[in-house]
Amino acid sequence: MQLSAQDLTALWITFKLAAVSTAILIVICTPLAWWLAHTRWRGKTLIEAVVALPLVLPPTVLGFYLLLLLGPRGTVGRFFDEIGVGHLAFTFTGLVIGSMIYSLPFVVQPIQNAFAATGQRMMETAATLRASPLDCFLTVSLPLARRGFLTAAVLSFAHTLGEFGVIIMVGGNIPGRTQVASIAIFNHVEALDFAAAHALSAILVVLAFSMLIAVYAINRRFKVVGVAQ
Amino acid sequence: MSIEMRFRVDRGGFALDVDLTVPARGVTALFGRSGSGKTTLLRCVAGLERAAGGRLVVDGAVWQDARSFLPTHKRPLGYVFQEASLFPHLDAAANMRYGLRRTPEAERRVGWDEVVELLGIGHLLDRHPDALSGGERQRVALARALLTSPRLLLMDEPLSALDHARKQEILPYLERLHDELDIPVLYVSHSPDEVARLADHVVLMENGRVVASGGLSATLARLDLPLALSEDAGVVIEAVVGEHDAHYHLSRLDFPGGSVFVARRPEALGARLRFRVHARDVSLARERVEGTSITNLLPARVAEIADADTPAHVLVRLEAQGTAVLARITRRSLDQLQVTPGMQMWAQIKAVALLS
Repeated sequence: MQLSAQDLTALWITFKLAAVSTAILIVICTPLAWWLAHTRWRGKTLIEAVVALPLVLPPTVLGFYLLLLLGPRGTVGRFFDEIGVGHLAFTFTGLVIGSMIYSLPFVVQPIQNAFAATGQRMMETAATLRASPLDCFLTVSLPLARRGFLTAAVLSFAHTLGEFGVIIMVGGNIPGRTQVASIAIFNHVEALDFAAAHALSAILVVLAFSMLIAVYAINRRFKVVGVAQ
Repeated sequence: MSIEMRFRVDRGGFALDVDLTVPARGVTALFGRSGSGKTTLLRCVAGLERAAGGRLVVDGAVWQDARSFLPTHKRPLGYVFQEASLFPHLDAAANMRYGLRRTPEAERRVGWDEVVELLGIGHLLDRHPDALSGGERQRVALARALLTSPRLLLMDEPLSALDHARKQEILPYLERLHDELDIPVLYVSHSPDEVARLADHVVLMENGRVVASGGLSATLARLDLPLALSEDAGVVIEAVVGEHDAHYHLSRLDFPGGSVFVARRPEALGARLRFRVHARDVSLARERVEGTSITNLLPARVAEIADADTPAHVLVRLEAQGTAVLARITRRSLDQLQVTPGMQMWAQIKAVALLS
């Protein structure tokens, strides 16, 4: 089973994309999930529906709008063009933005649920023990929500590994720049190169499977032992 | 040395309207049925409930008034919730350190060893909350609150989630707390037993308002409060162990106004004890009765007579040199004995319930 240099690059881009978009998503979604878990504002339902939209929309629809938005004529694309960065369609940055929107619900929902499950009581207890709201967030809410974060990270990472529709719309299929593993597999099949398609596919299967195993194992250990202070 | 509270909270179906001053020492019980506003009041004191326009002064320090509001984490208080609220990701010792670390060193007055010993939790320190029993969890939660050296300890029915045996396990610790640490406590409860056992001062609440506030014995002996109409009407008397009778296995408990004999107590001479005398266990006689098996007779003066819980009975409040006793007798006996206020009588105490 030999991988071509191009396939290796595609794998590398795939991982980089998954890692970068997951990391940024976690940072951005933590305050959003916190707010959703605690607000009593009525408009909350609307925000939740928007967050969940990528779950049901065809990725090509998402990708299509993103392409319009990020391309040379789109609002965002034009802005970046003017400040000298260049528009974002068919770039790695464009891929990251697309993946983030695509995986948004997979990150927000587990974290939001974890924050909600921690409940008001723990926060109140921490406050009666002299912890400021920020202190309480860092030392009580975050550690208690760690499984939500772990789930969010893994789901987002795995989901991005398998992404296809959004990427082909926003990033195209530029080998060495925006071609990810799933698209490379598609190309191999198109070219009837089943051996190469097999090789890449098998790698993705093994990776996805071992990641999930690791998560379940970690989850079980956490449940019993807890984390030291 | 007092705690002044003035809070008004209006939340649709429920309104709390309280203007109350209680002593900033000993245990003050906030007593009343569920829904009477006890917990809401406690939460206002903690700053967990934001009562706009409220006022709270603890021992001279303003925690809240028209212009200022100290957030909960800046109030030097300890809070023990109804159900144990230990952080599940930390073991018992780490839970206890959580508040201690956030207490400035200059303000620490309660020592680690002292608390561990007081609550008997030395063997639990490395356990996680899910490996502790309900009673052990509450003891750790109490230790955690104490270690912040609070100026005021708030306890919201800390025993109500525990079964009878666990309650009995934890009550002695609360009593030691009362005796050994000089921290004022606001203790929410709907259990007359807990109040009788722990409180020095009682605040009776109903429908979000304070119905009565006063010393434990005086409040329990009042005939104009709903307490008097309950099955459990009676008084609490604080006494000192005065004598042990080895032959008959009895102990004499002395209090201002008299003494009673009870089955031999383990406490040493001079130890302080509380006991409860139910109104239904007290009968009255005009003369000192001879030839009765009742050993506990108390000379007392009739102070007040009021309706009891049934039309057949009345409650009589008697005073014996500062100690009040309630007697629940039939209306017929009242008429036959021609009991009137001011009359000198003998109270026959059939049973006393020791509270510690």
